[in-house]
Amino acid sequence: MFLALAGCGAFHDSFFNAAGPIAGQERHLFIIVSIVMLFVIGPVLILTPIIAWHYRLSNTKHAYRPHWSFSWILEFFIWVPPTLIVIGLSFLLWNYTHKLDPYRPIESSQPTLEVRAVSLDWKWLFIYPRQHVATVNMLAIPAGRPVHIEMTSGTVMQSLMIPQLAGQIYTMGGMTTQLHIQADHPGTYTGQNTQYNGEGFAKQKFAVNALAPQQFDEWIAHVRATGKPFDAKAYHHLFEKSVEKQPILFSSAPDGLFQRILDRYHPTARASDTNPEVIRP
Amino acid sequence: MIVHAHDFFTLLGKIDLHSFAFVRAWRDPSLNQVIAAGAASMVVIGAIALVLLITWLKKWRYLWDEWLTSLDHKKIGIMYIVLAFVMLSRALIEAVLMRTQQAMAVNTPGIVSPDHFAELFSTHGSIMIFFVAMPLLTGLINFVMPQQIGARDVSFPLLNSVSLWLTGAGAGLMMASLVIGKFSTGGWSGYPPFTELTYNAGVGPDYWIWAVTLSSLGSTLTGLNFAVTIYKKRAPGMHLMRLPLFCWTALCTSILMIFAMPPLTVATAMLALDRYLGFHFFTNGMGGNMMNYANLFWLFGHPEVYILILPAFGVYSEVVSAFSSKRLYGYTSLVLATMAIAVLSFTVWLHHFFTMGQNADINGFFGIATMTIGIPTGVKIYDWIWTMFRGEVRFTVPMLYSIAFMMTFVLGGMSGILLAMPPADYLVHNTLFLVAHFHNMLIPGMLYGMIAGYTYWFPKAFGFRLHEGWGKAAFVCWVVGFYLAFMPLYALGLAGVARRTHELFDPAFRPWLIVAEVGGLILLTGLALLFVQLYVSIRDRENNRVPVGDPWDGRGLEWANAAPAPEYNFALIPQVHSRDTFAWRKEHDCAYDPPDEYRDIEMPRNSMSGVIIGVCGGLAGFGLVWHIWWLAALPVLGVIATVIARSFARDVHYTIPAAKVAAEHGEWLRLIRETRPVDRFQETSPANRGLAARVP
Repeated sequence: MFLALAGCGAFHDSFFNAAGPIAGQERHLFIIVSIVMLFVIGPVLILTPIIAWHYRLSNTKHAYRPHWSFSWILEFFIWVPPTLIVIGLSFLLWNYTHKLDPYRPIESSQPTLEVRAVSLDWKWLFIYPRQHVATVNMLAIPAGRPVHIEMTSGTVMQSLMIPQLAGQIYTMGGMTTQLHIQADHPGTYTGQNTQYNGEGFAKQKFAVNALAPQQFDEWIAHVRATGKPFDAKAYHHLFEKSVEKQPILFSSAPDGLFQRILDRYHPTARASDTNPEVIRP
Repeated sequence: MIVHAHDFFTLLGKIDLHSFAFVRAWRDPSLNQVIAAGAASMVVIGAIALVLLITWLKKWRYLWDEWLTSLDHKKIGIMYIVLAFVMLSRALIEAVLMRTQQAMAVNTPGIVSPDHFAELFSTHGSIMIFFVAMPLLTGLINFVMPQQIGARDVSFPLLNSVSLWLTGAGAGLMMASLVIGKFSTGGWSGYPPFTELTYNAGVGPDYWIWAVTLSSLGSTLTGLNFAVTIYKKRAPGMHLMRLPLFCWTALCTSILMIFAMPPLTVATAMLALDRYLGFHFFTNGMGGNMMNYANLFWLFGHPEVYILILPAFGVYSEVVSAFSSKRLYGYTSLVLATMAIAVLSFTVWLHHFFTMGQNADINGFFGIATMTIGIPTGVKIYDWIWTMFRGEVRFTVPMLYSIAFMMTFVLGGMSGILLAMPPADYLVHNTLFLVAHFHNMLIPGMLYGMIAGYTYWFPKAFGFRLHEGWGKAAFVCWVVGFYLAFMPLYALGLAGVARRTHELFDPAFRPWLIVAEVGGLILLTGLALLFVQLYVSIRDRENNRVPVGDPWDGRGLEWANAAPAPEYNFALIPQVHSRDTFAWRKEHDCAYDPPDEYRDIEMPRNSMSGVIIGVCGGLAGFGLVWHIWWLAALPVLGVIATVIARSFARDVHYTIPAAKVAAEHGEWLRLIRETRPVDRFQETSPANRGLAARVP
């Protein structure tokens, strides 16, 4: 009993506890399909034990027809209803897949906040290109406003997921992927990398702080005032393997920082940024 | 001393003292290293004990002549299954170790280091797929299929031996990685760029590459062999639509192997080119793109799951029909469903990376294709249910596994449909929900089927039944253990816990993890009980002999000969008149009629070519892993020399004279006349000598 109660707390960070429209609709789909599927598997769960037990060898009160092996009526019920269910689910799937395409902007009267995310070993860099600040392992967003995250990886492939806000999308070096999220209310949520990438993987989590709009502006001002400068040392540290105990705030983020990280994997990149992976002795 | 050692090791590529697990544990006696050294010593001590035991029993000659060099499909099948159980033991212990680590590591580092944990999940997955599941189904098909189609052997008996030994070589590399060096930390799918040199400079990914490559080559050859056998070696009258369902699933699996294994071989070869020769197929820079790897890998990986599951479906079809004393319901439906699954399995691979950023049309298409596979799979389940309908169901061990499979597999089907929905997949992909889903398909689907098949056909292989009571005890463990181990993982996945996590940070996860850990231990007990069952059955074999060969009132040709079957399977190649031929013949009282005449039988002679090619393959793999170039090159020359030498061998068959066949067959017919038939109530009692009474 105690175990069961303690275990229920496990769903605090789950999409079941959705805090935004995307995760909310994804949860909705999840629940609809689960209910449909319960009706699909129900007959198997009921029929299998009943028929097996009724037709047991020791029960003399049943018919035994060793040569009976076909019935058009049964064939109809075996093939047609499942096909119809799959056709029905296909419409659901097609609509939801388009509606919840992670690349699709969230419709809103509020302006969209632009964020760039870079997965690193074993931390996340978030760049706010319009606000010219950056953070490590701290994603602050204004509640009620859509957020567009353009992502890449500064290392191996990873996957960014904030279960309470939206499902995941991979990040890959030299390429960009996109994700749209939104938090309905102020609160703190957990984001993580779900794709194994070495020793620090389990600790590669970050806090998502959804703030009221005014608080968000204050937070930006706070970062500008108190953050560390983004210098060459800071840049190089990003690409060292490390688990950060505390989030890092950078008071400035140079223009084109995201592009510069993307260019690390392209041979035409500026010479100063030549990637050690590209030219190996 | 280190300097001297280094001089010595120059001939040994990258190997140095630190490569040995024992040395690492000596220098750093942490719990983590001690566990690694303990595993290594189990390999070393196990190998030494085996060698000593064989020497002490003076069985080397017997082992070499009767087993290792044998081209008999039945013996090759049995060796595959022995290999599978050895590897299953290791991979299941690793699974329990991982569950223990996670149950302990809530806000503490636990008992194994992150890297060691990554090795564990990588070896566990690679072994379970390539060296447990594949050998189990290959072994079972090898043993059963030629007997079911009325053949004396497969089409290419030597190739069969080569496949076995290539698989064995891959398994050997997996075992070597426990003792010397470290295994990959990149999971069973080995995704670059994490497995590229830049991020993983050690030998781990190389071990993975060569073990998997050897095994995939073996499986491609096996697929060709089985498909040709089923097409060309069927007994007269065995039309395709008279094939037992197990043979149909074997055929579909073989076709899938032929088309699905090469993409894997290509993917691992390209990764090897990246790692060894500085190519850039999958690197981050220089035009490399890991998405190509994901594409190739899952072009193999998805058909692979149907390669694994279809033979199990075949076993269930045989078992449910035999233990219901009834024809299979909807044979044609089952054949169509099997073929539909095989074809559709090539149209869904992209669902493994819905989250890679392709557009909604593509995800939608592959999501719908994925759900479509659910239709033929559902049809199969209902066909088995209607097979029991109006039958005489006996709850023997194989039947219990079949029923547990039907009721548990549909839960995996439910989570599978959820994962087929791209927006739902975004939430649970890469989480423990996914881990629970595919274990739900592979344990109740694949493994239950293989254990059912092992129990069902064991008497045909060795002439005595397995102990029923211990079998049921093991069954209870496999079912209870499965639910306890994996239902919590569904919950944790929904809670957002990523897979491959070696440490967790929310105390609320702990109760779930503890239940899963208990489940893992119960599954391990299930495996132990299978070994106990085997021991008890061998000990009491005289009580459980079924020399006539038909202990379950079987329906296919494989039951129409003695148990154990003679090396040539059939005194005379049978003529097939209907589906379930043997059942038809028993109904018409002509199952045990003596043939009109006996003829000389030609069988393939033993050959050591398979052993040599396998051992050379393993050595070359080891040489490549450690950059010991002479050791990589010489065995390849050895393989070429073996193939050339073998091509000059003319005397590759031996003849069993008709008189000897007649004598053996006559002896068996005499035994049948003296044996008392038993009805199905006495099926599991010592009275069952393998002769089934006519059903009234």
